[in-house]
Amino acid sequence: MKLLFNIAWTHVSTRVRQTLVGMAGVAMGVGFTIMMAGLMQGSQIDFLRQLVDTMPHITVEDERRSVPIQPAEQEYAAVQMPDIANVGKRPGIKYPDTVMSSLRSWIPGDVAPSVKTTAIINHAGARIGITLTGIDPRREVQVSKLASQMREGKLDDLSRVPNGIIVGEALAEKLGVKTGNTVLLIGGQGVQLNSTVAGLYRSGLKRVDESQIYSLTGPAQVMMGQSGVVNQLRLRLSDPMLAQKVAAQVEAQTGYKAVSWQEANADLLSTFSVRDFIVLTVMGAMLLTSSFATYNIISTITHEKRQDIAIMKSLGMREYAVRRIFIIEAAMIGVVGILFGWVLGYLLCYGWSKITIFNPLTGTTVPLQIYYSLMHYVVAGGISLLCCAGAAYFPARKASRVHPVEIIRGAS
Amino acid sequence: MTEIALQAKELVRRIEGDVSHTLVNGIDLAVSKGEFVAITGPSGSGKSSLLYLLGLLDAPSEGEVMICGQPTSKLSESDRADVRLTKCGFVFQFHFLLPEFTSLDNVLLPMRAAGKMGEGEMRERGLALLDSLGLAEHANKRPNQLSGGQRQRVAIARALANRPEIIVADEPTGALDTKSTEQVFSILRDIADNGQTVVVVTHDPALAARADRRIHIVDGKIAEITERGGAELVCEAAS
Repeated sequence: MKLLFNIAWTHVSTRVRQTLVGMAGVAMGVGFTIMMAGLMQGSQIDFLRQLVDTMPHITVEDERRSVPIQPAEQEYAAVQMPDIANVGKRPGIKYPDTVMSSLRSWIPGDVAPSVKTTAIINHAGARIGITLTGIDPRREVQVSKLASQMREGKLDDLSRVPNGIIVGEALAEKLGVKTGNTVLLIGGQGVQLNSTVAGLYRSGLKRVDESQIYSLTGPAQVMMGQSGVVNQLRLRLSDPMLAQKVAAQVEAQTGYKAVSWQEANADLLSTFSVRDFIVLTVMGAMLLTSSFATYNIISTITHEKRQDIAIMKSLGMREYAVRRIFIIEAAMIGVVGILFGWVLGYLLCYGWSKITIFNPLTGTTVPLQIYYSLMHYVVAGGISLLCCAGAAYFPARKASRVHPVEIIRGAS
Repeated sequence: MTEIALQAKELVRRIEGDVSHTLVNGIDLAVSKGEFVAITGPSGSGKSSLLYLLGLLDAPSEGEVMICGQPTSKLSESDRADVRLTKCGFVFQFHFLLPEFTSLDNVLLPMRAAGKMGEGEMRERGLALLDSLGLAEHANKRPNQLSGGQRQRVAIARALANRPEIIVADEPTGALDTKSTEQVFSILRDIADNGQTVVVVTHDPALAARADRRIHIVDGKIAEITERGGAELVCEAAS
């Protein structure tokens, strides 16, 4: 083996320029792959963090996941009742306080009650349909980042002004309202309520900022025409990734539909998986392409060294040993290239993290989010090494099959 | 009775193709241990082809080559490589030394490939071989720093590295001047005198005359066998 290393080293070290080109190819492939992976995963994680921060991790609503089976259907196999509504006649979660205290006893996080209804906000003649969520400011702090998303005013200000509401900055801009202005809320039952804008928030998600407003539970219940009702429980977990599992347990316990943030954003997450697939394909192609330089070098060396191969074989070196020489050469080029690639990848990631872009959602200039992971380095390096070995294998196999007699005859 | 080191039985080598071509056409030959045999013949007579068959570099189309009594026709390519590594030493017209390696490393190559000795032992043997061929001071030089004769002597040292039973040389002096030719031939002669079997293909009748036996090949057949100092034996088969 030492001999094979010796020969391999001699081959690559006497071709400095070619070897460097090969190493540069591998380094570029690995470096850019690491950068792309860091950038893609960084932006994805950043986006998810915003999403998870903005939304409750689990929302329990006052509806069932499927239509309840009717007694007649239970009794007679032939009976089907198709047009049953899935929403209870009486809105609201039954005994919300009991449910909440029961949930609090085991969920890794906290739960807060809210009242969700739809309304129309009317200001200076402009009317926009919105979702109104009635919250309890003391509890809200436990389950959402709303308090930290406040741009003007505080959550507690809701109870300081008559029928106070908190409006997203985007909506406020649309309607031209400011903190302290009075707007008219029109509910589904025709209820009208003069409300005062107590504060502005910005979640970073435009669709939320434009359509979601908050009030205390009281005014929201008035808008619904149902006093004392709680139709939504919102849960925040210490680990957002547990949401799906906990949601299933909550649903099993309460019977109400519990939607995790993953389920609520399934479309988005599936887009991510498509994006992941595209990125993986591109990265794989990059690594594969970068190994072509290695293929070229090994091809050239095997061609130039046909005579040496013939002589080594005539001396009694076996085919696999000859093959191994060239695989070792590719591995040498690959390993050094990968090491440089790692450095390059890190530098690129670092460089890109210094680039700032304007985020139209938050209106701020933020640096590109890079996710640093050892896994990126290991995977990019591993795949690249495999590509190099594969690139060397074919010329090496061809070289090892050289028939010594043909070469020796040709030379003499 | 002398021990047979190398034996060919009805050896045939054909090249199949659009036009089939017979290089070696039914050769029977036995070479004793320690014998120095020269194979001569005109260009294209098949003498090199015969040598490659005897050295297991090439496989016969028919017939059998026996090395130290061991038949080889059924061996796999890897096993043939093993036999070449341990039992045969090759010297070619061109030295075929690895250009990036020093003389010593070139000599060590077959020993390292065989992997039977420790590094220290191999170096010791390598240096001793180079020394015995008058190359001690050239051990760390690369082939391009050596003269043609010196290179060929390094190649002989390499052929001797694994103490092979048989040394097979294909026109070892073909590219050398008179002085180097003389040197190389004396070395080969000494090798045979020390008990290793030497088979040499050569064009040079003066050199062939110094072999124990001269085998003249024409059209892939033995035409004539001459013992040193003995009578000429004309093969009926070739005439």
